[in-house]
Amino acid sequence: MAVASTAVLVGLIIWQVPQLSGWKRVRKAFFDGDTFSLAFKPVAKAFWLDVRIFLVCAPLIVVFGMLIALSRSVRSPLLFPLRLAATLYVDIVRGVPIILWLYLIGFGGAGLLNVREVGFGPIKIGTYLFLGGVALVVTYSAYVAEVFRAGIEGVHESQRSGARSLGLSTWHTNRHVVLPQAVRRVIPPLMNDFISLQKDVALVSVLGPIEALRRADVLQDKLFNFTPFVVAAVLFLCVSIPLTRTADYLLAKERRTMSGTAVR
Amino acid sequence: MNDTPMNDKPMKLQYQGVHKAFGPKSVLDGIDLNVAVGGAIALIGASGSGKSTLLRCTNLLEPIDDGAILLDGDDITEPGRDADPVRRRIGIVFQSFNLFPHKTVLGNVTLSPRKVLGRSKSDATDSAMTMLTRFGLSDKAHDYPDRLSGGQQQRVAIVRALQMDPEVMLLDEITSALDPELVGEVLNVVRDLRTDGMTMIIATHEMSFAREIADTVCFLKNGVIAEQGTPQQIFSAPTHRDTQEFLARVIASGRL
Repeated sequence: MAVASTAVLVGLIIWQVPQLSGWKRVRKAFFDGDTFSLAFKPVAKAFWLDVRIFLVCAPLIVVFGMLIALSRSVRSPLLFPLRLAATLYVDIVRGVPIILWLYLIGFGGAGLLNVREVGFGPIKIGTYLFLGGVALVVTYSAYVAEVFRAGIEGVHESQRSGARSLGLSTWHTNRHVVLPQAVRRVIPPLMNDFISLQKDVALVSVLGPIEALRRADVLQDKLFNFTPFVVAAVLFLCVSIPLTRTADYLLAKERRTMSGTAVR
Repeated sequence: MNDTPMNDKPMKLQYQGVHKAFGPKSVLDGIDLNVAVGGAIALIGASGSGKSTLLRCTNLLEPIDDGAILLDGDDITEPGRDADPVRRRIGIVFQSFNLFPHKTVLGNVTLSPRKVLGRSKSDATDSAMTMLTRFGLSDKAHDYPDRLSGGQQQRVAIVRALQMDPEVMLLDEITSALDPELVGEVLNVVRDLRTDGMTMIIATHEMSFAREIADTVCFLKNGVIAEQGTPQQIFSAPTHRDTQEFLARVIASGRL
């Protein structure tokens, strides 16, 4: 049944869309085979930069997000300033569009750090690429921190009592009892944030680094054809679809363990 | 102060005018109680009478508002006192077990000996296995808590507390969340502890068990010990009207 209905729908689309009056123009502008093969290699090469930005930023975001979440969850009155700072950070960062943060941190940081030669290997402090990465880490840490915080607060208070009653310190209680349960619970929503991040790395292009979107834009300009954008889109899909499926799988698995079998 | 049996023995725990309120609601309203070394106190009384709160305050999970709790004559409730060393000496078992669901039985019972007492993994495992075997749980050592029955989970929780080698055990209605047929296996463990001479405070709704195991029974009402005495006195000849009414209700519901 599911297969049949899908086949009918797909068939209709394939049959109907080419009937539209503008289809020929669109096909030439967006789905040109020659342009596709011409653009594929340079865009794919530039896409590798997106992947690298993602791979460097993602672990940093996890670490900072966790630190911010822990800061927001501290209970000791002595550490209240830390809690306040973390709360303000999350509110301010999440209240401004990511692309605006890229401009602010990118151009602001470039003025502030006039040192493009200092760095670790290929990562040079003060380059737009570096600052773009910083902006992504700064913004995404705030979003990820909220996911972690929800997970931490979702662990029942009795778990904390159970651990503390055995003489475990606050640190050991967090490290061995609360956080393992919190993290397990937030893996699916966390995956969603990382799927967004995987696409948002393209925003770094507003600062100049030639990643896939920027490369496609340059080629589009040169070839008077939009197909390079489609190439970039296909490349992003190649990464985001497997990530999305994994996230869904993890979410379904979590649901199964929480509430038994699914209801149709 | 009330006379307790075994007044000549040294006191393990002493409660002196303990007060505790949650917001405007007073939960403990001046508790005075002595617990002798090796003694077993049963706390009985309706839900909300303050039994659980008294135990949670003893383990320092809740701060008290006024009064003092002394462990071996030493005030453990003075402000600024580090709770962790006290908790090591006072074990507590909860109604809802509070096992760690992400850890196996062995992981649950060895966590605090390793992290708090600094024992090696093999050392902690050996001693845990010995005790799990004693309580008939050795074949469950590598299972996760959700694979266990309620009675097994509660026995694991008791073993977990015992692995810290506590001087006092606080049992907070440990059979109240269990199916009736599973109560016996948990109470057997408590009988074992009693035979070993463990000092215990037991908050319970199992009157026949309280009668059997305790040397002193305290009836709590509205945050005070309304009546205190030997099981014989409390269950056979209660003098306080509230105790009489409470026991009459318990008998009417078929639990004594």
